[in-house]
Amino acid sequence: MEAKILINHRQTELIIRRFVLQLIEHHGNLENCAIIGLQPRGVELSRNLFRKLNELKPGHAARYGELDNTFFRDDIRRGEIHMPRPSKIDFSTESLNIILVDDVLFTGRSIRAGIDALINFGRPARVELMVLVDRRYNRELPISADYSGVVVDSRSTGEHVKVEWNTNQNQTWLLPNKEK
Amino acid sequence: MPATLKHLLGIKGLSEESIQQIFETADNFKQLLNSPVKKTPSLRDFTVANLFFENSTRTRVSFELAEKRLGADIVNFSSSTSSVKKGETLIDTVNNILSMKVDMLVMRHPAPGACMFLARHVNAQIVNAGDGTHEHPTQALLDAYSIREKLGSVYGKKVVIVGDILHSRVALSNIFCLQKLGADVMVCGPKTLIPRHIADLGVKVEHNLHNALQWCDVANMLRIQLERQDIKYFPSLREYSMQFGLTQSMLNKLDKEIVIMHPGPINRGVEISSEVADGNNSIILQQVENGVAVRMAVLYLLAQHQLEQSKS
Repeated sequence: MEAKILINHRQTELIIRRFVLQLIEHHGNLENCAIIGLQPRGVELSRNLFRKLNELKPGHAARYGELDNTFFRDDIRRGEIHMPRPSKIDFSTESLNIILVDDVLFTGRSIRAGIDALINFGRPARVELMVLVDRRYNRELPISADYSGVVVDSRSTGEHVKVEWNTNQNQTWLLPNKEK
Repeated sequence: MPATLKHLLGIKGLSEESIQQIFETADNFKQLLNSPVKKTPSLRDFTVANLFFENSTRTRVSFELAEKRLGADIVNFSSSTSSVKKGETLIDTVNNILSMKVDMLVMRHPAPGACMFLARHVNAQIVNAGDGTHEHPTQALLDAYSIREKLGSVYGKKVVIVGDILHSRVALSNIFCLQKLGADVMVCGPKTLIPRHIADLGVKVEHNLHNALQWCDVANMLRIQLERQDIKYFPSLREYSMQFGLTQSMLNKLDKEIVIMHPGPINRGVEISSEVADGNNSIILQQVENGVAVRMAVLYLLAQHQLEQSKS
C-alpha cells in the first residue's frame, strides 16, 4: 500500500473556509466564544482558522488561545517521553463556548487530556471539538467531533494520518502501516 | 536531555541543555500554578519519600507542594523522630523505606556527598535537597530561573554571591549553574569565609562589598552558617554586618539598579537589612514561588527516566 494524499492544499483551504462559515452559522459574531488550538499539532489548524475568520468576519468577538495537554495525558511514563509546550490563554474560559481545535481525532485520549487541561482555566459553558481528520471506529473514549474536515476509516488497513503545514502547500497524507 | 537523567545529585554533572529543558518545563508548570486548578495527575502512580536529616522550611515545603501538585503519593521522614536516633545506618534506613515501594527519594543530609553515596548503594532515584557544604542543585536552578525571569536571560549577566561561601552549598551550586548558563560570577566576603582555591573555578573574588555591588547586575546574599562553623571566622556578627551587610544606603550609592536575591532563611539586620529584603529590587519571594515550579519540573523529568529504564 502506498502513501496517498488525503487532503490537498486547495481542499485544506476549502475545509478551513467551511469551518469558519459553520462557526458563524452556529455562533453568529462569536460573542463569548474562544478558539483554542491543542498543542503541538492542532495549533497550525487553529492559527489558519483564526486567520480566515479575521478575513471573512472582521470585527468578530472570538478570543484565541493555544493549549498544552502534556501534564494531563494518561500515558505519561508509559511510552514516549512527552515534553510540554507553552499554553497561551490570557483569558478565563469561565462561561465561554470553547471550540477546541486539533488536527486528527484518533483514540480520543489527547482530547480528553485537553479538556482536563482546559478546565484549569475556568468552567466553560460548552466545549466543541473541531478536527481536520476524524479517524472513525478507533475511539477508546466516548468523544466525537462537532466539526470535521474529512472522515476516514483506516481501522482495518492500519493506515495512519500525517498532516503537513507548509505555506502554500498544506497537505494531509494517508500513510501505510509501517509494521505491515 | 534531563528525561534520561536518573538522579539530580548536583549541578556539576548537568549539561546546559538539561538546565534549559528544566526551565522550559518549569515555565509550563508556573503557568499551571497560576491557574485556578493547580494540580496535574502526571505522577499519580508514583511515590516519593522526603528524607530530611537536617532542618528545612522552604525546601521541604516546596518539594512537598511540588510532589502533591504532580499528584504523587508522599512520605515524609525526619531524622529527629526516626530510628536513626537508635543507631540505624543511612543505607539500612533508606532500604527499609524503599522496601515499601517508594520510587524516588528527595534527601537533605548534613554530610557532603551523602546523596552520591546513596545513589551508588540503593536502587532508587535520588534528588539532592542539600548535602552538607557540597551542593543544593534545586536552589541553584530556581535562583538561575528567577534571574532569567527577571532579566530575560542569565547569559552575560554579572552575579555576585556575598557571604559565607566556605560553608555554603548554595554558593557552589550557583557557581556551577550560572557559569553553565553563561553568566559572570563573583564571590564576595571576608577572606576567612572564601575558600582558598575558589578562583580556580573561574570566579572573581572581591572582599569589598561596594566594589562587588558596583560590578554586578544581581547580588545573591547568603546567610552566615553559624551551625557549620566550628571556629570563629570573624570577630562578631556586628562587625560582619558593618562590612558585608547590604543596606539601602549602599544601594542608593550605586549608579544603577541591581536585583537582590537571598536563598533564605534571612537573618535580617545581619547580611541584609529589612528595607532591602522587602524593597522593590528584591526578588526573594519570587524565588520561593519559582521553587515549586522548578522542583515540579525536576521531579516530572526524572520520573520519566524510570519508565525508560523499566522498558529496557
